[in-house]
Amino acid sequence: MSENQQGLQGPPPEERPHPDGRRNSQGIRIDPEVEAEPDSRTAMISALVEHEPGVLARIAGLFSRRQFNIESLTVGPTTVEGNARLTLIVEEPEPGIDQAKKQLAKLKPVISVGELENRPIRSELVLLKVNGDEPDKVQAVTEMYDGTTLDAGPETITVQLTGEYDEIEDALDAYRQFGIIEIARTGPTALARGSTPTTPGEKPAAEATAVGVETDGGSDAGGETGDGSAESQAETTN
Amino acid sequence: MSETAKSHPDADEESTTDDTTAEATTAEADSGRTPVTDGSTAIVRALENGGVEHAFGVQGGAIMPVYDALWDSDIEHITMAHEQGAAHAADAYGVVANEPGIALATSGPGATNLVTGIADANMDSDAMVALTGQVPSDMVGSDAFQETDTTGVTMPITKHNWFAASADSIGDTVGEAFALSESGRPGPTLVDLPKDVSFEETDNEPGEPELPPGQKPPTEADQENVEDAARAIERAEKPLLLLGGGVIKAEASETAREFAREHGIPVVTTMPGIGSYPEDDELCLSWAGMHGTGYANMAITHTDCLIGVGTRFDDRLTGGIDTFAPEAEVVHVDIDPAEISKNIHADYPCIGDAGTVLDQLTEEMEHEPDAREWREQCQTWKNEYPMDYSIDKDAPLRPEFVVEAFDEATDDDTIVTSGVGQHQMWASQYWEFTEPRTWVSSHGLGTMGYGLPATIGARFAADDDQDVVCFDGDGSFLMTIQELSVAVRENLDITVAVLNNEYVGMVRQWQDAFFEGRHMASEYNWMPEFDKLAEAFGAKGWRVNDYDEVADTVEAALEYDGPSVIDFHIDPDANVYPMVASGAPNGKFALSEDQL
Repeated sequence: MSENQQGLQGPPPEERPHPDGRRNSQGIRIDPEVEAEPDSRTAMISALVEHEPGVLARIAGLFSRRQFNIESLTVGPTTVEGNARLTLIVEEPEPGIDQAKKQLAKLKPVISVGELENRPIRSELVLLKVNGDEPDKVQAVTEMYDGTTLDAGPETITVQLTGEYDEIEDALDAYRQFGIIEIARTGPTALARGSTPTTPGEKPAAEATAVGVETDGGSDAGGETGDGSAESQAETTN
Repeated sequence: MSETAKSHPDADEESTTDDTTAEATTAEADSGRTPVTDGSTAIVRALENGGVEHAFGVQGGAIMPVYDALWDSDIEHITMAHEQGAAHAADAYGVVANEPGIALATSGPGATNLVTGIADANMDSDAMVALTGQVPSDMVGSDAFQETDTTGVTMPITKHNWFAASADSIGDTVGEAFALSESGRPGPTLVDLPKDVSFEETDNEPGEPELPPGQKPPTEADQENVEDAARAIERAEKPLLLLGGGVIKAEASETAREFAREHGIPVVTTMPGIGSYPEDDELCLSWAGMHGTGYANMAITHTDCLIGVGTRFDDRLTGGIDTFAPEAEVVHVDIDPAEISKNIHADYPCIGDAGTVLDQLTEEMEHEPDAREWREQCQTWKNEYPMDYSIDKDAPLRPEFVVEAFDEATDDDTIVTSGVGQHQMWASQYWEFTEPRTWVSSHGLGTMGYGLPATIGARFAADDDQDVVCFDGDGSFLMTIQELSVAVRENLDITVAVLNNEYVGMVRQWQDAFFEGRHMASEYNWMPEFDKLAEAFGAKGWRVNDYDEVADTVEAALEYDGPSVIDFHIDPDANVYPMVASGAPNGKFALSEDQL
């Protein structure tokens, strides 16, 4: 039982000592005079996943409920049957990107997660339909951007473009003069450059059939999980 | 309910004459258990393989085959009044027993009623396996009777969930759900069981529960990180150990105690970490955060090296992030990599099992930090900000007095459960906890109504000679009071102390502090008489208004062999202090409303 029974005692808040230190909104200790809040950056994240029912919903739900800002998401099969590769573009301040990768790695169907750094190979496919009034000019633009005409009618022309974001944007600017009617974009997908695995878990580089792979270490964009061995996944799942 | 009747194995052994049954009886004699014949028996076998002894649930159409299979099992099923109760009971059972609690429900409303309890377990990282019935596979997606997309609904609140696809794999899937639930950072899992799959024939005997392929939680932390962390602790002048619920889940309380004592480091806990360290120990400053002790909040504000173990630095602990432990280097030990630097940046991340990493740190440390002055400072704060309340014998009862009366009348190993609200804070502030797994509450989700069903689950997991006492609020109690029928039916020796102020007290306290005292929807005006209500359920009930009735009634209720309820009519104006306002600095905790 209470011994003195006087109610709560002690100096009020304004009479207590308070440290001068501060943390920013990411919980990092800062010098408030110097350091500003971190800028957000765009990260390209690649994940190898088990292609089981609901896996996309799990990933989409995770990004939605944790308010990770996701710009694009592509998915497709891999060299390993039953596995799929996801490519995500996330825009977040630094700790948020780290957090997104870790949360992604916690999902049970996610085998490994890696961030693509150092000029990854990335590409996007675009289908676009423009007015067919000036077929010759459209053809000229298509050739200039290495596109393919998939369908040409009296009223519309449909073109396929592939390439990196900047190329695509340039091409779209050029097509705008004809009047773009509809557009469908896959969103970019990507792989690490050279022999470094994009994320551990898919067919090891040694077994890859491709010849002439760069070995100059042009990319250190290894997986988040590190060494590429089966063990590496353990770090990110529990 | 079920349209497909399945014949029940006859309980009368004399009627077992046909060949099939004779065969089954032989197999039973060999293994001591009935053989797996279909999806349902495989599910039950998987649970038995996991060592499950109790399951909490509510019957219903789509789960009937599984229940039917339980008929032949030694697993004791406790029929709860409501599926929410089943989920909370399973959760609390798991907390006390240190194994996944099992909750069963049918499809549709059965499953959705589990949701609150699953979300609660998820927030508190409690191991639990929910098994839900589902409409037959070929009707899924047709908006069939009692159909809900259960895996969809529970996706954000489970570690993982499964839609069982075939009877052949269903047993192993349940085994995976069981193993995953308790591995690494524990949490709830769910398996949705379409009725046709439960009925489908299979003789696939599931093995022991095994983690899904590729799942392997970390144990030891990276040695370099441990070395760096050890140096940081050695050079600290004001080190502070912050023990979270993860310490208890990792069974690392003993290791944490040794660590603190060996290195002379003062200790605060989080609320879920209550019990990891004895609160009567000199080094212990009890728990920090919104309603934590003044001395814990002073220590966490002034520490220069905060060693957080098994904590997720939740906002109720940190107060404002900008002023949380603002001078401290943070060593963060956690088994979940995603918790590292999620809310508070970890200068020294140590990813691994709490006990293992603490041992690694001890191994690595060459000398204890020079913290004599700091320890003295912590003692000074203890004396400066004592947890105390004043009593006027002629005024209404102080809730703190009731909590202390129970604490005095019971043993150290008594399990205390609670609902959510003011009563929960008084219970955790004024009960002196000394042992892990004796404080069972809803921390992260803050689920009013958690108390009574959790008490039932805890009772089944507790030793026979352990008392189980629930502190509940009038509002919380009324949310799940129907579970009293279960306590009576099962003749459970539990005591519920309702700290009744006829308010949603915590809301009323905030309205007084932040909404100019406008008591919108927080005043009940009328409450049933809980002592009589208890009697109507078949439990024992008392009503207490005065100080001089407290000790005797507490004694009588504890003595009573069965469920008992004491309706304590407390001071309706009593408030919970100290209090750190939302987002405020911990060090500026208010001792009364005018300091907020």
